[in-house]
Amino acid sequence: MAISLKVNGETRSVDAAADTPLLWVLRDELRLTGSKFGCGIAQCGACTVHVDGQARRSCVTPVGSLEGREVTTIEGLKGDVADAVHAAWAKHDAPQCGYCQSGQVMTAVALLERTPKPAPADIDAAFAGNICRCATYVRIRKAVADASDTIGG
Amino acid sequence: MTAVQQFNTTRRAFLGGAGGFVVAVTLPVRLRAQGGAPGDAPRPFDPNAFVHVGADDIVTVLVKHIEFGQGPWTGLATLVAEELDADWSKVRAEHAPSDPKLYGDPGFGVQITGGSASIRTSYDLMRKAGAAARGMLVAAAARAWNAPASDIRVENGMLIYGDKSASFGSFADAAAKEAAPQDPPLKAPADFRYIGNPDLPKLDTAAKSTGAAMFTLDVYRDGMLTAVVRHADKFGAKVAGFDADAARAVPGVVDVRQIGSGVAVFGRNTYAALQGRKVLKVTWDESRAETRSSEQIATDWLAASRERGAVAHAQGDVDAALAAAATTLDADYVFPFLAHAPMEPLDAVIAPAEGGGVEVWLGSQSVTIDHQTIADACGIGMDKVKLNIMLAGGSFGRRAQPVSDFAREAAEAFMAVGGDKPVKLMWTREDDIRGGFYRPLSGHRLRGGLDADGRIVAWEHVVVGQSFATDTPFESMLIQDGVDGGLVEGASEIPYAVPNINVSNHIMRGPVPVLWWRSVGHTHTGYVVETFIDELLEKAGKDAVEGRLALMSQKNPRLAGTLRKAAEMADWRAARPADRALGVASVQSFGSYVTQVAEVSMADGAPKVHKVWCAVDCGIAVNPDIIAAQMEGGIGYGLSAILFNELQLGQGGAIMQSNFHDYRSLKLHEMPEVDVAIIKSDAAPTGVGEPGLPPIGPAVANAVRKLTGEPVRRPPFVRSMTA
Repeated sequence: MAISLKVNGETRSVDAAADTPLLWVLRDELRLTGSKFGCGIAQCGACTVHVDGQARRSCVTPVGSLEGREVTTIEGLKGDVADAVHAAWAKHDAPQCGYCQSGQVMTAVALLERTPKPAPADIDAAFAGNICRCATYVRIRKAVADASDTIGG
Repeated sequence: MTAVQQFNTTRRAFLGGAGGFVVAVTLPVRLRAQGGAPGDAPRPFDPNAFVHVGADDIVTVLVKHIEFGQGPWTGLATLVAEELDADWSKVRAEHAPSDPKLYGDPGFGVQITGGSASIRTSYDLMRKAGAAARGMLVAAAARAWNAPASDIRVENGMLIYGDKSASFGSFADAAAKEAAPQDPPLKAPADFRYIGNPDLPKLDTAAKSTGAAMFTLDVYRDGMLTAVVRHADKFGAKVAGFDADAARAVPGVVDVRQIGSGVAVFGRNTYAALQGRKVLKVTWDESRAETRSSEQIATDWLAASRERGAVAHAQGDVDAALAAAATTLDADYVFPFLAHAPMEPLDAVIAPAEGGGVEVWLGSQSVTIDHQTIADACGIGMDKVKLNIMLAGGSFGRRAQPVSDFAREAAEAFMAVGGDKPVKLMWTREDDIRGGFYRPLSGHRLRGGLDADGRIVAWEHVVVGQSFATDTPFESMLIQDGVDGGLVEGASEIPYAVPNINVSNHIMRGPVPVLWWRSVGHTHTGYVVETFIDELLEKAGKDAVEGRLALMSQKNPRLAGTLRKAAEMADWRAARPADRALGVASVQSFGSYVTQVAEVSMADGAPKVHKVWCAVDCGIAVNPDIIAAQMEGGIGYGLSAILFNELQLGQGGAIMQSNFHDYRSLKLHEMPEVDVAIIKSDAAPTGVGEPGLPPIGPAVANAVRKLTGEPVRRPPFVRSMTA
C-alpha cells in the first residue's frame, strides 16, 4: 500500500505494508542508508532516528504509525546542535568501526536539543539504548560534554 | 581479459626487503578504486602500489588491511604521509584490492588482517612507499626547474626551490615518468612530524559521524534481492527437508532455495525476506549435531585437564617441585563460548559482472581466502571475481575467516537463485549470536607451589579446548606437535621467573565451529595467569605489584615497565574508600606490553568498574590517539565479555542466546574512566588492536577477590544477566 511519509522535510510516498519497520523503508525504499541495522529489537540503537524531535528506534517503528509525523535521519540533521555534535565527534575522533555512530549522533542531538546542559546521569540515561561494540563510550561522553559547552555559548 | 588478469600480467618483480614493495605498477583503476564507479579517470601518478598522487593534490594511500575500527587507514596513511611530507588535509585512504603477492601478510602468505599486525608489518614498507613517491616528485621538479634534486625541499605537500614552489599535483604527471628510487632514505625519528603526533585527525571520522560511510549493508544494486538464511538451531545439524509454501506466499518473497548452510529466502526487500523466513518450515537431521550442553562440554574439558597434555613449554621438574612445595594452590578455570557480535551483522553483496564474472562487496578480512572461496562457489576463476573490500562494522576476529563461511554462503545463495541477479546476503543479530565461530570454550587446570620462604617454585598449567585451526588452511602453521599456539599463547611463556614449569594442552574436537576472538588465546590464558599469580603472591604474603616486579623485571623488562607506570598512575599504595579495591594485571600479547589497574566496587553482587589506568608499550607510537582509543576499546570489549557474556548450549545442544537482550553488551554508563599512558620507546612498532583486552578481566577479578574474598574462575561475573 502507498504510505505518505515526511522524511528530512520532504514528503515521500512509499509502497510498503503498514507494519514494515521504518528502518527498512528508509534503507530499502528511500536509500537513506545512514540509519543502520544492528539488532532489530530496539536493543542497540544503531537505527536511531528522530520522530518529531525525539529519538526513536526505527527498527521497531511501523511505518504506518508515522502519518503526519516528522522523521529526521542522520542525513537530514541540521542546526546548531547538530553542528556542535559533529564538531565534538571530530575533536575526539569518537568513531572506531563507525557502524553505530549514526545512532550515537542522533541520540546526542536529541538529548542536547531537549537538555542542553545534561548531567552525567542524563547522558547515561539517554545512551542506555545505544550499544557500541568498539566501546567508544569514553569519547562519546567527552564529545557530548564538549558539544554541550559549545551550544551553551 | 578482466582487470585482475591485466593487473597480474603488468606486475613487475619485487624489490628486496621485508615484504617488498612494487614500484611503477599501473593498477587498473576499476580494481584500485574500491567502491568507485567504473570509468573513473585514470590516475596519472602511481609511484607504487601503495600511494597515488593526483593532479588535484590528493594523496591516496592504498591500505592492505581492512578498516573496521582499529585504525589502519589512518595508521598506514600516517606512515606514507610522514616520508612523503604530504599535507595531511589532502591525504585519503582506501582499501587496496585483492592481491596476495602485493598485499600479502609476510607471515601468513595471504592477504589478511589479524594478529594486531597491520602497523607492525607496514612500518618499513609504507614509509618506503612514501619516500619513493617523494623522490619521484623531487626528481620531476628538479628536471623542470633545472635544479639539483638535493636542493629541493618538500614541505607539507609543496615542492620548493629558491623562490619557486609548486604543489604535488602540479608535478603528478611528470613524476609518474621518473624512476622510483630503489632504496629511498628514510627520516630519523627525531624529524617525524606525523608519526607520534597525538593531534593528527583520523581520516574516517567525518564520514562515520554523518552516515556517509559506506558499509556492505549500504550497497544497493538495481534488481537486487535480499537473502536471509535459516540456519540450524544446533551445530552440525543439516537440512532434512523444508516446506516453503507459506514463505513463498509472503508478498515480496521471490524464491526459497536450499544451500549448504541452510535454506535461503529471497525477497525483493529486506522485510519481505525476513517475513518469509519467519514462516519457513525446515526439518533438520541432527544425527551429527552437537547434543551436549555447554555445561557438559565444560565438565568434559575439565576431566581431560586432569592429565598433562602435549607439552608447550617445560623447564625444571614441576612434579618434584610440587611434591616438595611447602604450600600448593590448585585451581580450575572454565571460559565460555563467546560470540564476537560486531555491530554490523555479517553480510555480502554479489552481482553478475561482464564476461561471466561477478562483482562482490564484502567486509573481507581474509581477503585471499574469501576471494578464492567465492570463485570456487561460483565455478569461475579468481580472475573473474572483482572483490570490493568494504569498511566493516567491527569484526573482533569474526571476519578473519579460515573457511569463509559467510562469503561462501553469499556466493551459494547468489548461484542458487540463478547467478544472474544481484543478491545481498544479510545475517540478522540472531544469526550472528547463534552462528558459531565462537571463542572456544576452554578448561584450565592450574597447580602452583611455594617454598617455605614464599618463593613460587612450581607452575603447572593444562589448557583444554578446541582449536580453530583444525581442518583449516592454517592447521599446519598453528598446530605443531599437538600444541595449538592459539590455545596456549600467553600460558606457554609466562613473564614470571619460576624455576619449574610445565604448560601443556589437549586439543579437543566438536561440532561447534570456533574462531579467534579479539586477542585469541590471551583472552583466557591472560586471565588465568594473572589471577593465579595474584593468588600465589597473596599466599606468599607479597604485594601484587612488588611481587610481580620481582619475578618479571629480569625476564620481561618491557612488561615490567608498563607495570611500574600503571601502578604509579593509579597511586597503587594510596588508601581507597573501604568499598573499593584495586586489581592489577600485566599481559604481553602480539608483541605489545600492557598493564591495567582497575578500581572496582561491588553493587548488588556485580562488579562496578570505576576507573582503569592503562600503560602500554607498543614500541614507537605511530598514532598515539589511536593507541589510546584501542586501549579504551579493548577494555570496554573485554569488560562486556568478562562481566556479562556466555554463549550457552542448553540440554540437547540447543543454543540459548539470541540477541543483545540476552547476550548483553557493555553500555555507556558501565564504561569506566580510562587513563592511558604510552611508554616512550625506540623499538619497532607493534600492534594495539588486541593487546588492550587481555589485562582487564584479570585486573577486575583481582580487585573483586580483594572485595569478596572469592576468586572468580568461571566468568562471566554476572551470570544471571546472560540467562
